[in-house]
Amino acid sequence: MNLVVNGVEHDLDVDPRTTLLDALREHLGLTGAKKGCDHGQCGACTVLLDGRRVNSCLILAIAQQDTPITTIEGVDHPVQREFAAHDGFQCGYCTPGQICSAVGMLDEVSRGWPSAVSRDGADPLSDAEIRERMSGNLCRCGAYANMVPAIREAAAQ
Amino acid sequence: MKTFTYRTATDVSGGLEPGAAFLAGGTNLVDLMKLGVATPDALVDVTRLGLDEVTELPEGGLRIGAGVRNSDLAAHPLVRRDYPVLSQALLAGASGQLRNMATTGGNLLQRTRCRYFMDAAKPCNKHAPGSGCPAREGDHRNLAILGASEHCVATHPSDMAVALVALDAVVNTSERSIPLRELHRLPGDDPARDTVLRHGELITSVDVPPLGLPSAYRKVRDRASYAFAVASVAAAARVADGRVIDVRLAFGAVAHKPWRALIAEEALRGKPATKESFLAAADAELAAAEPLRDNAFKLPLIRNVVAAVLEGLTS
Ligand SMILES: Cc1cc2nc3c(=O)[nH]c(=O)nc-3n(C[C@H](O)[C@H](O)[C@H](O)COP(=O)(O)OP(=O)(O)OC[C@H]3O[C@@H](n4cnc5c(N)ncnc54)[C@H](O)[C@@H]3O)c2cc1C
Ligand code: SF4
Ligand code: FES
Ligand code: FES
Repeated sequence: MNLVVNGVEHDLDVDPRTTLLDALREHLGLTGAKKGCDHGQCGACTVLLDGRRVNSCLILAIAQQDTPITTIEGVDHPVQREFAAHDGFQCGYCTPGQICSAVGMLDEVSRGWPSAVSRDGADPLSDAEIRERMSGNLCRCGAYANMVPAIREAAAQ
Repeated sequence: MKTFTYRTATDVSGGLEPGAAFLAGGTNLVDLMKLGVATPDALVDVTRLGLDEVTELPEGGLRIGAGVRNSDLAAHPLVRRDYPVLSQALLAGASGQLRNMATTGGNLLQRTRCRYFMDAAKPCNKHAPGSGCPAREGDHRNLAILGASEHCVATHPSDMAVALVALDAVVNTSERSIPLRELHRLPGDDPARDTVLRHGELITSVDVPPLGLPSAYRKVRDRASYAFAVASVAAAARVADGRVIDVRLAFGAVAHKPWRALIAEEALRGKPATKESFLAAADAELAAAEPLRDNAFKLPLIRNVVAAVLEGLTS
């Protein structure tokens, strides 16, 4: 099968059962995306599929053969610098997923997408808004308190 | 996971060989395949069929393609303007990442989150017909209070479907059109079948007729976000001269199907738009409830949410 990851085309010979997460980690050596739960419940495996954030653990690689995929290894975004500046992590396990998710989320905000907090989507990005929009990413270390200002700062750039 | 073949569907005529399944966003099916609960021999990917558009129907209302992603539907300007209940229900479901993959068709056909169903090693009449229903005596805190049977007390977990059933949506398939209210079954003595669809019947779109009423969705869950409903209410209502002249109500997480509350609607029409009427209407609907040991709390919960949502819509 053919996967386009971070702008590079790869020809892989893998079983159809392979999830996108396993293809990235086990076959392409891109170990940034993490396997937390493997069931869509934690967000550690978040990558960008055609620019949209998704859980790579619930996606079959074979179904995404011509879709551009961006992993944390291919991200260059203010969110990364702000996470570092604000200590938006402790162990770092959830961090690649948090950052990919935040990048996708800020794009959703810029397109005016609503959330369960702001129904018109036009509110400035309040902390409540960031928490709701980032609820698909859990952090076992509970480093949320520093992630929220990191994302707020990145959003302002 | 059991091995399978993969192919993309090339037209919308449906049809599947025995053992094959349609794959949309995969957020439920792939999960159940990993758990060994779903064991298809073949996957037919329906995400490349161009069923990903929302269009206006000539007679008013919207046609939502089966492949429209939940996030795109929630953000659609016409959905937000005319059907806030639908946008709110979608935004209350799952997470940003999951909504980006989840489709309209897949969301309707997602399977129960009953923990025994999701554990292939456990008995369960839904995944192993005839093996029994451990939930009835076991963990059923989040299972059904309405329309269950001795064979299964599962709930349908979708938020979107609750809004759509309140909106009188119609499901178009490769074979026919079915009112959404009739798509999902009650479990009866055949809980393995969630819906009336035949094997290989492809959902192509969902039609939502014009509403013309203010509407809202309210969901109660164990944490503030990224959790399935413990109880939810979709409502639309209009009041004139202090009386309810039109109302739609549906309950989520209470039954094997999104529960249209027709008895409550009937009880409300023409009544004063007061909290007393709202509570009485909820009671009328819930009179048939048969709660289990650990889920009777859903009765006051639904009752209070009905009153809160209707007060919000009519005040
Ligand atoms: C952690 C987690 C939390 C969640 N929280 C919520 C929540 O709070 N609220 C909520 O409502 N949902 C929630 N979900 C469920 C999610 O909404 C569903 O998994 C999703 O909507 C399914 O859509 P899909 O396109 O991914 O379906 P798939 O997984 O691809 O398919 C699901 C089923 O539908 C069938 N199917 C798909 N498309 C068609 C078609 N066009 N015609 C016929 N059959 C078809 C498939 O064969 C399969 O049986 C959650 C899921 C997870 C993993
Ligand atoms: S409630 Fe239904 S799905 Fe759950 S264990 Fe019983 S039969 Fe299975
Ligand atoms: S590993 Fe994918 S969501 Fe947890
Ligand atoms: S920093 Fe450790 S899990 Fe989030």
